[in-house]
Amino acid sequence: MKLHESQGGTHPQGQIGFSRVAICGGTHGNELSGVYLVREMQKAERKAKERGNDMEVITVLSNPRAVQRGLRYIDTDLNRCFTHAMLSGSNTNDAPYEIIRSRELNALLGPKGSRDAVDLVCDLHNTTANMGLCLISYSDSDWLCLHVFRHLQRQMPDVPTRFIHFNATNKESYSLDSVGKHGFALEAGPQPHGVMRSNIYTTMKMGVEHVLDWVCLFNSGFVFEGGSVDVYTVVRNIDYPRDRDTHNITAAVHPQLQDRDFCLLYPEDPLFLTLSGETLRYKGKEPLYPFFINECAYYEKGIAVSLARKRRVAIPAIRVQTEQEQQAKKDECTSEEEEE
Amino acid sequence: MLSCARRVAIFGGTHGNEMSGVMLVNLWVQNNTEVQRKGVEVQPFITNPKAVEKCTRYVDTDLNRAFTPENLSTLGGGDLPYEVRRAQEINRMFGPKGSPEAYDVIFDLHNTTSNMGCTLLLESSKDHFNLQMMNYIQKSIFPASCLVLLNEHPLLKYSTSRSVAKHPVGLEVGPQPQGVLRSNIFESMRDILKHALDFIELFNAGMEFPPCTVEVFRLSERIDYPRDDNGNIIAMVHPNLQDCDWEPLNPGDPMFQTFDGKTIHYQGSGTVYPTFINEAAYYEKQQAFATTRRESLVASAIRKA
Repeated sequence: MKLHESQGGTHPQGQIGFSRVAICGGTHGNELSGVYLVREMQKAERKAKERGNDMEVITVLSNPRAVQRGLRYIDTDLNRCFTHAMLSGSNTNDAPYEIIRSRELNALLGPKGSRDAVDLVCDLHNTTANMGLCLISYSDSDWLCLHVFRHLQRQMPDVPTRFIHFNATNKESYSLDSVGKHGFALEAGPQPHGVMRSNIYTTMKMGVEHVLDWVCLFNSGFVFEGGSVDVYTVVRNIDYPRDRDTHNITAAVHPQLQDRDFCLLYPEDPLFLTLSGETLRYKGKEPLYPFFINECAYYEKGIAVSLARKRRVAIPAIRVQTEQEQQAKKDECTSEEEEE
Repeated sequence: MLSCARRVAIFGGTHGNEMSGVMLVNLWVQNNTEVQRKGVEVQPFITNPKAVEKCTRYVDTDLNRAFTPENLSTLGGGDLPYEVRRAQEINRMFGPKGSPEAYDVIFDLHNTTSNMGCTLLLESSKDHFNLQMMNYIQKSIFPASCLVLLNEHPLLKYSTSRSVAKHPVGLEVGPQPQGVLRSNIFESMRDILKHALDFIELFNAGMEFPPCTVEVFRLSERIDYPRDDNGNIIAMVHPNLQDCDWEPLNPGDPMFQTFDGKTIHYQGSGTVYPTFINEAAYYEKQQAFATTRRESLVASAIRKA
């Protein structure tokens, strides 16, 4: 399918409908909004609430053992276990729990890259950083995700909502949301791990509802006009200053940077305050947007703050493929196969 | 009356993921210049190194509940939970608890996910030395504030690591997520300790501290989350109560919010002052918050004997 670069108003692109959507919580067992939201959705499912439009919503508690123990993970970070290499291979006796689990999830929601994979994976996360609501994706040209994002922004004007693009062209995708044909993480903060804040839960709940509403609207044939959105593309990460021998951190995020996610960071702005009171400054040449400022789980990954460039991305008008278009596509595929 | 506060310890990492204390104590173990005071031996000490290494609250059991008489006297060596063995070791080094050889003062550094600001934790309303110290700290940091939480409740009090000393002082600073180091929180704790050590130096130098009144918040009750028959939480701290530590909670005020948005109200008989609201570590201890009542305590004059 060719992608048009022009703004809205022209012929909307037909996209395949969503018949299966997965909502995943507890991928990190101590990020509680997703854990409790999935539990509540599962309770509601038992009361047989249907959304109609032939859409199936699958709710998954991704890492139940970690949830039970209130930990991010048991052996290894589940949200790094979804590369093709890690998903293939057989389970050995000493395989980390999360590898076994990623393969189970791949069987349930994938297989990744295949025709049987769910149409959309929405993976719920929390962060200790003051990031509001973020939609995190590997792509800045998946028009479905960008339209979902714009819908969230418009439906939740009181919640700061942003789109973060991890540019993974050179690296293979490794997170749970990469298992679906489309996928993204919904990240809400600030919230300490192991804590449930009612305002953050409400934000997450509303976010998921709006995502599912959008999918229903889309499936029903609604035409979403084109337009443009701001996208934050990750450029680099900055680690804490560390002791050469012990590798322990020797400074804290500077009070002038703490909690100022998405406030432009200029060269020479304060970054860290050492234990002896010295200010360490941003030495980059380009002003960039900081986020994941002081995220607890990233200390061990060597990230004190991530930096992104912001740019405006045009999105085309889209609507679900009509039956005619679907048939034409099938015929196209069949004739291609015959040629091979 | 205390003749002299000669031996003082500063405990960090009693909970391995409460980062201010871990960082401060590690800093002072490397270089103790900042905590030196004339006539005092100040020992900074990491109480739970295994938990610190794993950046977790505890390995087997909560160290800050482990200093019971039973635990301190029990035999069993390697079979005992790590923190029980550790409690016995700490009791040998800084106690024995209740004996004349015990350390004079122990400061135990903690963080909380609750919006408690700076809080001093007092274990006895009759500890005039501690009351005077807390009064001194409060006056020194004014207009910044530091409240005093008194836990003398026969059922709710617990055996802390600092209880090994003659005068145990807890420092609780929040809000800070577990595993995270926030610069402002770290500096607040550092500042309080500075004044606390100044007080000890002044006391040792013979200064008399006249009688004073100290306002305290006395721990009254523990309130759990509403749960279903399987023990699962079915409501969250209400947005009106979240972050409102130390503000009055009146009967009828919103307390919890269910997942579908219904409000559960506080049904107590009078106004209370809630604290430890939504502390991460207390989910497993069945505590959403604790209620306290305001009280004025009079501290007698103290002077080095």
